[in-house]
Amino acid sequence: MQIELTINDKVVKWEVANDEFLADTLRSHGFLSVKKACDTSCCGLCTVWMDGKSMLSCSVLSLRAHSKKITTIEGLPKEAEEFAQILSAEGAEQCGFCSPGFIMSVLAMKNELVNPTEEEIIHYLTGNLCRCTGYMGQLRAIKIYLGVA
Amino acid sequence: MFTILDLVQPDNLAEAYQILSDKRNNTILGGCAFLKMGKKRINTGIDLTKLKLNYIQEKDGFIEIGAMTSLRDIETHPLLTEHYNGVLPQSVRDIIGVQFRNGVTVGASVYSRYGFSDLITALLSLDTEVELFKAGRMPLADFLARPKEKDLLVRLWIKKTKRQASYLSFRNSASDYAVLNVAVSMLNNRWTIAVGARPSKASIAISASALLSLEGATSETIEEAAKRTSEELSFGTNTRGTATYRKALCRALVKRGIMEVLACKSN
Repeated sequence: MQIELTINDKVVKWEVANDEFLADTLRSHGFLSVKKACDTSCCGLCTVWMDGKSMLSCSVLSLRAHSKKITTIEGLPKEAEEFAQILSAEGAEQCGFCSPGFIMSVLAMKNELVNPTEEEIIHYLTGNLCRCTGYMGQLRAIKIYLGVA
Repeated sequence: MFTILDLVQPDNLAEAYQILSDKRNNTILGGCAFLKMGKKRINTGIDLTKLKLNYIQEKDGFIEIGAMTSLRDIETHPLLTEHYNGVLPQSVRDIIGVQFRNGVTVGASVYSRYGFSDLITALLSLDTEVELFKAGRMPLADFLARPKEKDLLVRLWIKKTKRQASYLSFRNSASDYAVLNVAVSMLNNRWTIAVGARPSKASIAISASALLSLEGATSETIEEAAKRTSEELSFGTNTRGTATYRKALCRALVKRGIMEVLACKSN
């Protein structure tokens, strides 16, 4: 079936299968920042925004993106670069595979929480896993980015 | 991975129910997070997105929660953070991550009667009713006790009261399924103790709840109610914990839950 959605401010019409998930649809159209790892809804690597809310695109049926506004990290280059610079400066980057989903969650948190505490930051990001780091560099970077260091 | 041969978005509940009833393997789609981990072959997947069932509102002395409301909405909605000591937001806040809770729906969580459910345990401790399209409105406890029949969960109704409540769970790691969860509540000295993830579905400890309600909460009755809860409910073993371990946890968590309710500010 055909869906019409806005992806990074551009309206597109795509053919999708009934049981196709958004992560697969996005990747098949070149949005390769959307990673697939656990495919069981717990690692957060496939995080995108749907109407401004962070969602696991590996668990959202593509049909449900119909008439929605989808944002991937490709649609937020300025914000992503700003935070990525801080991540890099804090030594929080290693393989980088989890970074797109992680950054999408951090940007969503910035929109949702005002001056979050360390506990609130950690709790908000529980759904984003990183197998390389110990999260401390990322936590430092987030605090600097949000101005709560 | 499951497969869906056909997918529909009905415009009203009657149409959704009709399609659901047409074939045995026609299925209502919730958030799909759990469904996708199975291998179910679905003839027609029924997506309720168009039915506007995503809301939390106050109506006729109840808090009404639509079936398509996400667990994240449960966690953040002021009506729920400000009532029952925030027991419902508390119950869902440790379920995986924010993105997951943005996708998972209340209807699927309750209708599926998952044993590991955190939300059902908390709802059970409140005055919660379930509204099904065909079977109508009934207390949540009655719904959980009924045999599974094809129906469509439309909304939940929670009586708006000054009920004090507490939710506690024990997890092997922060965002894992609970090894055991407990919700305790009290209104006008009538107590309700609910225990879930036993690992079977949540249940009310009727005898222990009655003991506290009749004799009041003293250090002796609290100990006795915690002990009685662990004795009147059954516990099982799975990869997260043994029955013996769960029974011991139950006693400790129920005692803490009662103490937390007693310590609530408005008492």
